[in-house]
Amino acid sequence: MAKAAAAKSSTKRKSKRSASERIAQSPFDLPEIPLHQVIDPSGKAVGVLPKTDRALRLRMYRTMQLIRLLDERMMILQRQGRIGFYGACTGQEAAPVGTVAALEDRDWIFPALREGVTMLYRGFDLETYVCQVFGNSGDVLKGRQMPSHYASKSVNVVSWGSCIGTQIPQAVGAAMAAKYKKDDVVAAAFMGDGATSEGDFHTALNFAGVFQVPALFLCQNNHWSISIPTAKQTASRTIAEKAVAYGLPYARVDGNDVLAVYGAVKEARERAARGEGATFLELLTYRIGAHSSSDDPRVYRDEAEVEVWKARDPLARYRKFLIEEGDLSAKEDERQRTELNETVLEAVKRAEARPLPPAESLFDDVYAERPWHLEAQRTELLEHLASHPKKER
Amino acid sequence: MNLIEAVNSALSLEMAADDRVVVLGEDVGKFGGVFRATKGLYEAFGPERSIDTPLAEGGIIGAAIGMAMYGLRPVAEIQFSDFIFPGFDQIVSELAKLRYRSGGDYAAPMVIRTPVGGGIRGGHYHSQSPETYFLHTPGLKVVCPSNPYDAKGLLISAIRDEDPVMFFEPKRIYRAARGEVPSESYTVPLGKAATLRTGKDVTVISWGAMVHEASLACESAAKEGVDAELIDLRTLLPLDVETLIESVKKTGRMVVVHEAPRTCGFAGELITLTLERAFYHLQAQPRRVTGFDTPFPYTLEDEYLPLAPRILSSILEIAHEG
Ligand SMILES: Cc1ncc(C[n+]2csc(CCOP(=O)(O)OP(=O)(O)O)c2C)c(N)n1
Repeated sequence: MAKAAAAKSSTKRKSKRSASERIAQSPFDLPEIPLHQVIDPSGKAVGVLPKTDRALRLRMYRTMQLIRLLDERMMILQRQGRIGFYGACTGQEAAPVGTVAALEDRDWIFPALREGVTMLYRGFDLETYVCQVFGNSGDVLKGRQMPSHYASKSVNVVSWGSCIGTQIPQAVGAAMAAKYKKDDVVAAAFMGDGATSEGDFHTALNFAGVFQVPALFLCQNNHWSISIPTAKQTASRTIAEKAVAYGLPYARVDGNDVLAVYGAVKEARERAARGEGATFLELLTYRIGAHSSSDDPRVYRDEAEVEVWKARDPLARYRKFLIEEGDLSAKEDERQRTELNETVLEAVKRAEARPLPPAESLFDDVYAERPWHLEAQRTELLEHLASHPKKER
Repeated sequence: MNLIEAVNSALSLEMAADDRVVVLGEDVGKFGGVFRATKGLYEAFGPERSIDTPLAEGGIIGAAIGMAMYGLRPVAEIQFSDFIFPGFDQIVSELAKLRYRSGGDYAAPMVIRTPVGGGIRGGHYHSQSPETYFLHTPGLKVVCPSNPYDAKGLLISAIRDEDPVMFFEPKRIYRAARGEVPSESYTVPLGKAATLRTGKDVTVISWGAMVHEASLACESAAKEGVDAELIDLRTLLPLDVETLIESVKKTGRMVVVHEAPRTCGFAGELITLTLERAFYHLQAQPRRVTGFDTPFPYTLEDEYLPLAPRILSSILEIAHEG
């Protein structure tokens, strides 16, 4: 059998080209991958719009506006020294929001640094969300993780470490489990363009191809991985074409076009639900701000490039579209903006007032139950703290 | 000069002196590294010797091994030691064993530089101290300086060394640790500890950022009439066991301080070595003041870290025991 198949494949395509011609041509054998866009940067509908109703369109818009305002506020708090770190998704709001809107609430999201907003879309309480950034007693993660590393089982958004790429094979495993249990649940993994260089990325795509799992891979190509532009991250012409090697279907989507993202993810989810396996989506976007509050991009990138992308802003574009469509008036938009801004200020104020987690909580959740040595260390710390007033520690 | 400038100076001098020396890692080229350790090297030595790599630690370390085998002297940067693990296989399975498994035929003399330790509000993944994994892997040398002078001299020695060296840089004191550093090249030998303070009552042993906490604790102890000796190991492997044993034989009491979790931390090894060599000189049970056996926390990092007050308590306790 194997022998016959091998013989067949070797004679199937008789080569008239020399080996050198064939090799030289090979990078161009793959046709250029078009960009899927339905609203252009001026806000005009240019493609086949996915089916949505007004309530959904406005919910997506409201969430994008909320995260824009929240990010702005949190960057200010960081500069004032009120929070330690922050990773904003400014300029990238359409990708996570379009994605989460196209998924079912039961679908599992494996985020990276810039997709916390998916929790807010699913109704996670804003004040509790902000408590994560303060790392205080209101934080469901108990102040253990760095800011902007949100997670909550209540909304099926999985805990992310910080180690780039590690979440991608985990999403494949969750999808394998959902398939095994015959649940109509898909696992969606987010990643940046930088993450596509890690071994975990390749392993994950390979597994997904081999096991035909209900997974979605959403690569936010924001053109930068700290100081490294995507062109220095990979010699592939696109990120999307990496999926070809793993036998996965793929698309290249305008990640600043929320309806294009929504439509593509919806389609990919339906494929997964039909048992047709995983899909890879490259969402083309741009990191308008610094990598994080610890970074200063002026050292390594040209401001002119930022200006080009500011003109493609996902929020401004969608606003124009919604106004054009009659979904929203400029006045309503302004009112909503003011209201959301107040909501943000109020959530920050309330979150900031919460106390820090108690010292003894350090020893919880290392294991399901505390072993003797952690019990002893807990006592050791508490005794130390009791005999040392705060300022002497 | 501060510690980061000292590292930068060592790299720059070694690259100027030896064209086999190249640096590689994430953001180390044009940007000069997220902590600016490789600042100016791209401009001075070009992109072929100051190499911005894709985001892949296994790739960085694996490629460095290949370069080193071929005769270059790569200095790989891992952006945070917390992110060394995708390259762990290359270090533990390959780098450490290359000389041995090839009967001495192949070797990969190279340095892996990486910021280590907490105190910068970095949470789980920008704070850890993973030195023990590498100490437990035969074939690697492990260095962790506590001040700019040593950082520069040790890094130059590490680059010139014939064996792979894990070079842990305490990021908490990258800018805070300042000192006189000659602008020219010099070396500080690997495998030699420094006695920073002599004393007769208790030996305190540490390395990296915790040396400063230990030093504060020793000063406070002096005010309470306890005369502590402070040893900065500088190189963890090969260990300067003589300096350690001489000191403990003199004081009869030892306190080991490290940020890494307690269980299987290097303190355990140091105490065992001492028990094997100076058991009858000990007048009190050795103490370890360490990070707790939990993941490194975000908000509660000051509670987690073995800061001066906890060290002081142990010094005073042990001084009055036995
Ligand atoms: C394994 C690992 N290596 C290095 C880092 C340090 N680091 C944090 S974010 C980042 C760049 C990530 O780029 P990308 O995946 O494109 O995502 P983006 O931040 O642009 O959204 C790097 C190198 C890390 N967090 N994890």
